[in-house]
Amino acid sequence: MDNEKLSLPQYDIPEDMQHAIAVTTLDRLYNWGRRSSVWPLMFGLACCAIEMIAAQTARYDMARFGMEVMRPTPRQADLLLVSGTVTKKMVPAIVRLYNQMPEPKYVVAMGACASGGGPFKEGYNVVAGIDKFLPVDVYIPGCPPTPQALIAGMIKLQEKIDKQTMKTNRWYDKKKVDANYVPVPVLGPDLMDPRRYDELKAAAAAKATQQESA
Amino acid sequence: MYGKGILKGLSVTWKRFWETYTEDISWILRGKKRYNTVEGVTHRSSKDTKGIFTVQYPDERLNLPEEARYIPFLVYNEKPDGDKEILCTSCGICAKVCPPQCIWIVRSNNPETGRPIPEPTEFYIDADICMNCGFCSEYCPFDAIKMDHDFEIASYERNVFNMEKLLKPSSYYQSIRPENFAREEAARKEKEAAKAAKEAAKAAATQ
Amino acid sequence: MTAPASTLTVDLAARFPGIVTAETRPGCTGFIVEKDNLIEVATVIRDELGFDLLTAVTGVDYFPEEKMEVVYHAYKTTGGPGLVFKVQVPRVDPVEVPSLIDIWPGVDLQEREAWDLMGIKFTGHPDLRRILMWEGFDGHPLRKDWKEGFYEEDTKPFKSRWPDGQFYMAEEKNPFNDNLTFPTNFDPEKWIPEGDALLYGALARYTVKQEDGMSTDRIVINMGPHHPSTHGVFRAVMTLDGETIVGLKPVLGYLHRNHDKIGERNTYLQNMPFTDRLDYFNSMTNNFGYALAVEKLMGIPVAERAEYIRIIVSELSRVQNHLIFIGTLLNDLGAMYTPSLYAFEERELILDIFEEISGARMMCNYFRFGGVVRDIPDSAMKKIKDLVYDRLQAKTDELDRMLTENEILVSRMKDVPMISAEDAIRYSVTGPVLRAAGVPYDIRRADPYGIYDRFDFDVAVRHNGDLMDNYLIRIDEIRQSLRILEQAIKQIPEGPINSQKPAYQVRVPAGEAYGRIESPKGELAFYLVSNGKPNPWRYHVRPASFVNLNALEKISIGAKIADFVVILAMFDIVMGECDR
Repeated sequence: MDNEKLSLPQYDIPEDMQHAIAVTTLDRLYNWGRRSSVWPLMFGLACCAIEMIAAQTARYDMARFGMEVMRPTPRQADLLLVSGTVTKKMVPAIVRLYNQMPEPKYVVAMGACASGGGPFKEGYNVVAGIDKFLPVDVYIPGCPPTPQALIAGMIKLQEKIDKQTMKTNRWYDKKKVDANYVPVPVLGPDLMDPRRYDELKAAAAAKATQQESA
Repeated sequence: MYGKGILKGLSVTWKRFWETYTEDISWILRGKKRYNTVEGVTHRSSKDTKGIFTVQYPDERLNLPEEARYIPFLVYNEKPDGDKEILCTSCGICAKVCPPQCIWIVRSNNPETGRPIPEPTEFYIDADICMNCGFCSEYCPFDAIKMDHDFEIASYERNVFNMEKLLKPSSYYQSIRPENFAREEAARKEKEAAKAAKEAAKAAATQ
Repeated sequence: MTAPASTLTVDLAARFPGIVTAETRPGCTGFIVEKDNLIEVATVIRDELGFDLLTAVTGVDYFPEEKMEVVYHAYKTTGGPGLVFKVQVPRVDPVEVPSLIDIWPGVDLQEREAWDLMGIKFTGHPDLRRILMWEGFDGHPLRKDWKEGFYEEDTKPFKSRWPDGQFYMAEEKNPFNDNLTFPTNFDPEKWIPEGDALLYGALARYTVKQEDGMSTDRIVINMGPHHPSTHGVFRAVMTLDGETIVGLKPVLGYLHRNHDKIGERNTYLQNMPFTDRLDYFNSMTNNFGYALAVEKLMGIPVAERAEYIRIIVSELSRVQNHLIFIGTLLNDLGAMYTPSLYAFEERELILDIFEEISGARMMCNYFRFGGVVRDIPDSAMKKIKDLVYDRLQAKTDELDRMLTENEILVSRMKDVPMISAEDAIRYSVTGPVLRAAGVPYDIRRADPYGIYDRFDFDVAVRHNGDLMDNYLIRIDEIRQSLRILEQAIKQIPEGPINSQKPAYQVRVPAGEAYGRIESPKGELAFYLVSNGKPNPWRYHVRPASFVNLNALEKISIGAKIADFVVILAMFDIVMGECDR
């Protein structure tokens, strides 16, 4: 066990007992468990997916961080690595995958495209960042981030997990039952987010009045 | 015989497995450290690599070549009094050549003279649009924008870099790209010498 | 060697007076065919003139002239230059052109793409659905008068970036606060999604009446867009009768990143890094194809040393692509990880070289018009020599030894049919799949580009056309690539690496060009139309993966579902290029 991360130095332990007992909190134990076994979903979108695969191979070996078990099914995965350009046609599938993942679940936006649209942001079929739909934990810039940059991002995610506590984790909040469910976007004349229907309707109506006045 | 092909294939993996250990032993016998040294990493990235291929990032790092590029940064010269002399003249070539158009340059005028100040007032790069193509640094006539080597920039927020984040001293540039820096310095010195010689000739001619 | 037949010897205009006219616009070649006689002329082109391989079909929107044009590029599998013929129709909806699907079945997906993006209706096409966008999408995005949510200006550079570039997010300027456009007064709550009714309708029937009068159901399976064996976000919908596939439709567009639309807004140079992201395994060959097309338009030579550098990096790229192909193929076959780990090891060493010479591992952005961006440093040249002479050969042999005789692999792949030579040509299949079917068609030989005609190498061909041959041909090609590499390293001269001065704005005269190369996946081509402005009027990518998929339906019907992943793996598709 990683003593440094786990035991709490806040308590004075008598010197003769220091090697016999360890004091920790449930939070630390729990975070240690989660941080050391983040299983990513085997899910590649675009160019970044290749660097993600490269990060799993011999030279970079993400297994050293307990992240080698790429699960093809979302039901066994903890981490959605959005590795590549999110297109409008694809985003309903991504949201569905996210909804199927059990908690605790994390989302990492790998690369420029997943973080903010990337070089293709202006494209008509491109979603400008997955954070428009899912709560993103870590953003990794780069086009594509090299495997080392990806691992640096993963370490950043582990640091984030270390700081979490069961009291505030959104998936334990009984009041927010829907916090982990994102409504699946609908493909209409353009991409429609069910959470924003009123806004879209109002803007479409405003467009009509604008045209009339012009 | 059925299974001969499988055995033949397994002999390959078996050989690879043992090579890790024979390689380790041979390094120990030669009295060299194979792990956590630049020499070890270089060897593992060469044609002679055998056995274990892993570079244990973050304990060891791959040797980044000089030309490696990530997100751009702006170069400034440190003046003796601590001021920053920004090389950028906000000519806008980088913003014009940028394929995804992720560079925004704000210029402003000197309130007294009304003339534009060459230095940019604001300089934004949206790192989440940037495609790391390197055109900005390639076509910059003033060697003012360069591609960074720093890849450990993952964050919890979306990344829009402003001037403050983009500015890095020329000593840093020299440390990551010594050859490029030396070449550019030499070219600059040559240009200055040529200019001085010209002026001297001019002065001599007018006298 | 190649037959020196040039397009000039083919005078279609004399053969069909009044129906076919020769192209007269500056910089353009080919013939313009009357719409009503297209099928007749196309039949003659295929049967009498021998242009049996139709590689590209695409539309061009001549908005100012109120015209739509469909451009066809046909080639001979025996080699030689191609034949370009075009159809022009007025730009009034419905824009209709007869479909050539009965003559070349390989136009299927490309005609659907032209319908989807340009709104050109191909009459007689049996399944003209949208392909890259979804049914119900509003408009045809590649038309010049169609504007997307984040539309800013027609051409780059945008004025808002400099000189007074006030930073803002593109979202702030859009009425819907996102990359969205909706018709006026649109009400999302009243929208009824069309779903996949059309798609499922296009498949083989679900319910079959048996001879004894009992009706039985077939199963419809959706594979993808999230599936570990589809090599990206590819989706195949198939109907199964037991374990046999009786109907299959590929569904594409999950990675449609609008390369064509963005490319028409970019300047010529700005497109270079975008081509990196097409086939993201082989940015070097993508760069090569695009640079060729633009150099053709500009009419500039390439520096001698740069020619050799181009060959060296392209062939290194081919080697690493085929290594990964073998690794992922074995993954799909169930030999999880070990072969692909070995393959990725060699790939990492090659990518190290790319990083050293170009600055990036994958997105090299290394080619410039007239040459390359920077010379290969001595240290990198040494690495290339080390790899080529001392390592890659041995490692290829090792992979060969490890896999080729493996009984499980052999029983999965031997004698499982892929495609016959005739069908492969009819379906416009190119690349290793075509050569494994027994057609020795390699653009490096058939229509040499760069300096490939200076090297001594064999076009790898296999004749059984089964899956095993499709695997073995990759190993053959690695060996041939290494042969080319050895010669190129020996012969490379000293000298400048670019015939032009570095310039971020190039002058491109009006005209059209079709630059094509043999990418590791097949024929990759760029079709450019220039009107003399800094931005191309039309920028079209003819991707190998996309056009090869025409044959997927044909091959898969009758195959077992378990073999489908292997068949798909053999195409070596990469979605970035396929969906663009």
